[in-house]
Amino acid sequence: MRVRRTFAKWLVVLGVLHGMVVCAGFFAPYDPVEQDRQSPYLPPMRLHLLDAHGHLHVRPFVYALRLRESSFDQFEEDTTEPHPVKFFLRGARYRLLGFLPLRMHFFGGENTRIYLLGTDAYGRDQFSRLLFGGQVSLFAGLLGAGVTLFIGWSIGAVAGYYGGWRDSLLMRVAELFLALPWLYLLFALRAFLPLAVSPLEAFFLITAVLGAVGWARPARLVRGVVLSAKERDFVRAARGFGASNGYLLRRHILPETSSVLLTQAAILIPQYVLAEMTLSFLGLGVPEPVPSWGNLLSGLQQYSVLVSYWWMYLPALAMVPFFLGYLGLASSFEERGAVYKIESRIWGM
Amino acid sequence: MRYLLRRLSHALFLLAGVSILAFLFTALAPGTYFDEMRLNPQIAPETVTALRAQYGFDKPLPVRYASWLRSVIHGEMGFSFAYNGPVAPLLLVRARNTLLLTITATLLAWGIALPLGVWSADRLGRLPDRLLSWATAGLLVIPDLAVALGLLVLAVRSGWFPTGGMASVDFETLSPFNKLRDLALHMILPVTALVLSSLPLLVRHVRAAVADVLNAPFLLAAVGHGIRKRTLLYRYALPAAANPLISLFGFSIGVLLSGSLLIEVVMSWPGLGPLLLEAVLARDLYVVVGGILGSTLFLVGGNLLADLLLYWADPRIRTESGAR
Repeated sequence: MRVRRTFAKWLVVLGVLHGMVVCAGFFAPYDPVEQDRQSPYLPPMRLHLLDAHGHLHVRPFVYALRLRESSFDQFEEDTTEPHPVKFFLRGARYRLLGFLPLRMHFFGGENTRIYLLGTDAYGRDQFSRLLFGGQVSLFAGLLGAGVTLFIGWSIGAVAGYYGGWRDSLLMRVAELFLALPWLYLLFALRAFLPLAVSPLEAFFLITAVLGAVGWARPARLVRGVVLSAKERDFVRAARGFGASNGYLLRRHILPETSSVLLTQAAILIPQYVLAEMTLSFLGLGVPEPVPSWGNLLSGLQQYSVLVSYWWMYLPALAMVPFFLGYLGLASSFEERGAVYKIESRIWGM
Repeated sequence: MRYLLRRLSHALFLLAGVSILAFLFTALAPGTYFDEMRLNPQIAPETVTALRAQYGFDKPLPVRYASWLRSVIHGEMGFSFAYNGPVAPLLLVRARNTLLLTITATLLAWGIALPLGVWSADRLGRLPDRLLSWATAGLLVIPDLAVALGLLVLAVRSGWFPTGGMASVDFETLSPFNKLRDLALHMILPVTALVLSSLPLLVRHVRAAVADVLNAPFLLAAVGHGIRKRTLLYRYALPAAANPLISLFGFSIGVLLSGSLLIEVVMSWPGLGPLLLEAVLARDLYVVVGGILGSTLFLVGGNLLADLLLYWADPRIRTESGAR
């Protein structure tokens, strides 16, 4: 009972976070590629409740930022005029869920632009880019994990159910894939594909590459479950009654693999999001101007950014709750008695 | 002995398979190192064709694989177009740098994880244990990339550590002692990043393994005999819990070459990682294949080592494989 409750708790956490990313257009105040050339590398604005005179405001507000005197990169707050944060106001056009054209945004400023995580070199809002980047990264993770699980599941089921030469052949190939260092494999597979591609193509290439790399582990786990399931008494009984292979697999054996698949999904998705981040960070993934969690951080490869604009690092911290949610989900699956803990984690690095 | 042979032949088979696979992946990639040259109007198309022929790019794949195999046997592992020389010496220098980093980090991580995990398992469910569990979970969910970049930001803002490379500009002029000091200073950041990224996993596994055996009757009996707690934990409990840890250790050995790729790139450590990234971008085929093969060698070797250690440590495995 307790296990089920923690499970539900993590599911809610993940649901909320993913909801924000899916509805990025609504929660982000600005368009992710909209540039504000007047204010490149603006530090994050603080939300205030107390103003400079010590008055308490019910509605949170920000101060506009201006250059400190005789400085070219140090900003200070202009405390003469507070700019209240408005909710549900009209702003940049976007399409909710890809089709619903809307202009309503969750929050924003009326006379000034509000940058919660600062801006990048082109004055683009980092907070908006974080949310929109999540659409790319999380979707790549989900899709990649889906592809991997599907391949691994089919191969594992065939190997486990039919056995014989098919089993030994498939499992030898799986061992090969397990022995490959997977980040290197990712590189090699990416090298296989053209370097200069459009953002959309890059996205699908990455997903396909990710999906193709990791099938060996789920295949082995599924095979193990199928092997034990096909010797169960009720399966033998069904076979004795004349059930066909297809029916047995569909009705009796594959349902047994669902818990393995769920656990693997909770482990694979964050792994693939990380892989997408790594590739994009190194410039092998989704190219600018489309934001992804990886290329959001790639500015930090420049020394000058590291020295002067530390807030470019904030998106990295903002991603942590997502990984926490998936870790929580995976460990609550594991508490339900799955024994795949050690192997999956070790190879999952 | 037969067990050893079987494992060894298995490892060799894996290596051969990986080499074919890696070769296939990279050789099938569209474009070669010489394609950039085609765009350069100062290089005649005939020159490019001649270069392609010189390096055997006009031959079918199996022939190229065979000639590559021959160069592996000669200890060259193919030819790097970008560096205009055999791949093996190139990889060796870089691998040495990588190993310097990763061996230090691995020893450090295990040195911290073992006592910490045992300590935590001894206090299972009490406050210090719970705090540690939270801390390791926290570390586990921060991506390596974020850890490395965060350390860099800290280092740059504080100015305490050098933030990139392996040596200062005036390295050659330093005295031997100062050279060592300089190297150690440069290693601090990447080693910290590596330790932080592998530590939580190790601590959690040590804790789980030791906690599993702590309730065993023979340990209760040992407590009854009045054996000191430290002896109890380290001489009695830890060996009994060693099996999963040995596999994990084998894995730690296995990723010595490949595990630090990202952190090397971020911290611009002149190891295998940056070399490989460059090679992928420049389509320097044989460097990529060599890098993959080298790190696979370590992965397979690490597994083999773990198998051997298990064989030596666990009599159950000995009798089982002897009976077969």
